Amino acid sequence: MALNRRFVGRKYPPTEPYEVGREKIREFAAAVGEDSAACYDVATAVRLGHPDLIAPPTFAIVLSMRADEQVVRDAELGLDYSKVVHREQRFTHHRPVCAGDALTVVVTVRDIRTIAGNELLITTGEITTVAGEPVCTTSTTLVARVSR
Amino acid sequence: MIGTELPRAWYPVSRADLVRYAAASGDFNPIHWSQSAAGNAGLPDVVAHGMLTAGLMTRTVISWTGRPDAVLSSVVRFVKPVAVPDVSGTVIVVDGRVTAIEAGDLATVELVARCDGQQVARMTATVLVPSPPCRRTATPAPSTDH
Repeated sequence: MALNRRFVGRKYPPTEPYEVGREKIREFAAAVGEDSAACYDVATAVRLGHPDLIAPPTFAIVLSMRADEQVVRDAELGLDYSKVVHREQRFTHHRPVCAGDALTVVVTVRDIRTIAGNELLITTGEITTVAGEPVCTTSTTLVARVSR
Repeated sequence: MIGTELPRAWYPVSRADLVRYAAASGDFNPIHWSQSAAGNAGLPDVVAHGMLTAGLMTRTVISWTGRPDAVLSSVVRFVKPVAVPDVSGTVIVVDGRVTAIEAGDLATVELVARCDGQQVARMTATVLVPSPPCRRTATPAPSTDH
């Protein structure tokens, strides 16, 4: 089923603040096998010039995926989530995510198009602190495989 | 420096690693832990989260630069699902190569992840190449930690 093209250009209000905790950073770092001390040891992170533990760069997906749920779970979009595959992910890091951050995401639906019979959905996310400091710009491309 | 090959990295991935990544990331899509959900989605087996593969590729870059905050940007394209069979699991092999240097310390690194010899993901990352003293600081001091 084709996705609802009327979603293109839709910009969502900032998500509820996500509070980044030290144990969450350690848990995520362990899950991707990242063993940099700056993800586990506060003193090391401080020595590198950060206020607290820093998250591995791909931690930004935790923020952007939660924020994208506003779009993909909206029944009016017409997405069958059981057929969705992650095709591409972009991150531009303005600074690392740090423990103690309260982060919010503004999601925009950039494009919906058909490629090789499958539906492509492209969203972007601006991750900032609640005070408005830019942290990461994300772009996510999902493919909804059309069942045959 | 252009053409520098990053050390090849091998990452074993088991079903337990997928469960752990699901919990850490909040991505509980059942294709990453349920055989029948994977089958219903037309996949041959339970598959790894794309962002787990991306995390392992990023880890390969960080091992080279020495610090996680050296990664300024990345683009990853997932080209083939990574099947993770029960019991045996799989191995993701990551190769990387420096393809450009700008402004002296801004490197472009192209990475490829493979499973059973087949490409599963490609990444382009922009990273700061630290000077050698800087690289040292990212290594935990070999003193009090253990």
